[in-house]
Amino acid sequence: MTSPSLRLSPGEDARLAGDEGPAVALAMGIVVRMAEILGARELVEIASSHIDGCLYHGDGGVEFAERLVDLGGAVVVPATLNVGALDLLNPARVRSQGHKREMALRLMRAYQALGCTPTWTCAPYQAGHRPALGEHVAWGESNAVAFANSVLGARTNRYGDFMDICCAIAGRAPRTGLHLRERRRATVVVDTGRVDPDLKRRDVFYPVLGTWLGATVDDRVAVVTGLPGTVSEDQLKAVGAAAASAGAVGLFHVEGVTPEAPDLETALGGAAPQTVLTPNPRELRIVRDTLSTAASGPIDAVAVGSPHFSLQEFRHLDKLLPATPFAVPFYVCTGRSEYRQLEASGHLSRFLGAGVEIVVDTCVVVTPILPPQGGVLMTNSGKFAHYTPANTGYGVVYGSLEDCVSSAIRARVSRDECLWS
Amino acid sequence: MELRGTPVQEGTGSGPLLVLRKPLSFWGGVDPLTGAVSDPRHPRHRERLTGRILVMERTIGSSSSSAIMLELLRNDVAPAGIVVGRPDAILVLGILVARELGYPTVPLLRVGEEAVARLQMAEGKWGVISGDSLRVEPAQGSA
Repeated sequence: MTSPSLRLSPGEDARLAGDEGPAVALAMGIVVRMAEILGARELVEIASSHIDGCLYHGDGGVEFAERLVDLGGAVVVPATLNVGALDLLNPARVRSQGHKREMALRLMRAYQALGCTPTWTCAPYQAGHRPALGEHVAWGESNAVAFANSVLGARTNRYGDFMDICCAIAGRAPRTGLHLRERRRATVVVDTGRVDPDLKRRDVFYPVLGTWLGATVDDRVAVVTGLPGTVSEDQLKAVGAAAASAGAVGLFHVEGVTPEAPDLETALGGAAPQTVLTPNPRELRIVRDTLSTAASGPIDAVAVGSPHFSLQEFRHLDKLLPATPFAVPFYVCTGRSEYRQLEASGHLSRFLGAGVEIVVDTCVVVTPILPPQGGVLMTNSGKFAHYTPANTGYGVVYGSLEDCVSSAIRARVSRDECLWS
Repeated sequence: MELRGTPVQEGTGSGPLLVLRKPLSFWGGVDPLTGAVSDPRHPRHRERLTGRILVMERTIGSSSSSAIMLELLRNDVAPAGIVVGRPDAILVLGILVARELGYPTVPLLRVGEEAVARLQMAEGKWGVISGDSLRVEPAQGSA
């Protein structure tokens, strides 16, 4: 029973009725109900999916995935998997035991049994999964959604656990929100003209900009102006990850950089902006400070790689590796795709030799990896800074990658403040 | 006071209103085993959602919040009902999956942002969701 405003094709009706089996009917039933709730008039065929549901949050998620497997479910589009709660390449890395560990593994296996690709990364776009401009997809994981929409110009809403796999099994998503051209148009202009150009060239600026963006524009679509044309893919991914942690940002444009914003007029779809915002340096400094719960003193660990560290970021870290060993654990979270490329190129031993602990398939804020005694974690990630206190019990300090390295050597916060003064 | 809205998930539920002024991400913000707000930076840190009528303008943050909603229902620590200002596609999904798996569900009512703003004054009062309405009564025990 569908609402009168939603029209299904004969093929979609048949799938809903169970012509392609009970798993398709269940998945299509959820997609259709969500389409009704969202006020969609029709469904859209999707080209791929990124599945966030494989991270263990409790037994309910396992029960649902295994139900789909038992009903004979299989994805009908290429589907990559987000992080799980275990490091499968180095099982001792994650401390969880007993029931929780067993269920986390069962969940990961169930999603593989549904035909998903075991990428186990929150940055599938670094593992070769890069949808084309204008392609409709159904992605989960808030940073990946922001990246797919903003940096690649693919079209996805923020699909949560369950919806991602249902879309991948049904091959459809509700045609609503960011699937619609008119909803992708920026209505907010964020002019960074008051920010020091030197700061805008540094990686440490971008998670702060993202946090400010998430908190300020939330689910509206913004176009950011005044960023250097050299802004990197890693810097854009940092903006999206922080913005999607601090607010419901699914898409942002950067004038002259991202594919739907070759110029301001195009990004705005020819209309006048509803709002023009000009963040000032003082405001951004305050936002930077909110990313930390401590500003000085001892630290107990460093973690980077949220979203998962790219090969480019590894190259950057490589240049910073100290001759003396780190005084605290230094974790780098990354995908197995990046890990294998490091291994193949012979660079992995450089990092291991310097005492870097490489976490694969998962990350330090979603599963117990950090030393159990707690303390203060330092990070260069806006997303880690956001989630560390609630998810790990650690205090957190935000700084650049350079700050993280110099602090890890001293086991004390050591930050270059001059860019922010 | 009685407010009318759109039932996103049908049902009835009642309990004291818990009105959030600051948006909350269920993932990283709510403990699925106890139903308590677990984000230390949220003003309602440590308060339990269990049995309350949760009122908020909207959800924010991770899309994994659907999974937390399912766990809250499965572990019997969910709010008694949820009232949102803006359309929410994340919490309702957790409720739909709970229904598929045979667990009890709770109502989710969308009332609009203005109505949620009016409810800011109703913290602690008794709320009853039924059909398309939220009825607000004096706090139980004070009537």
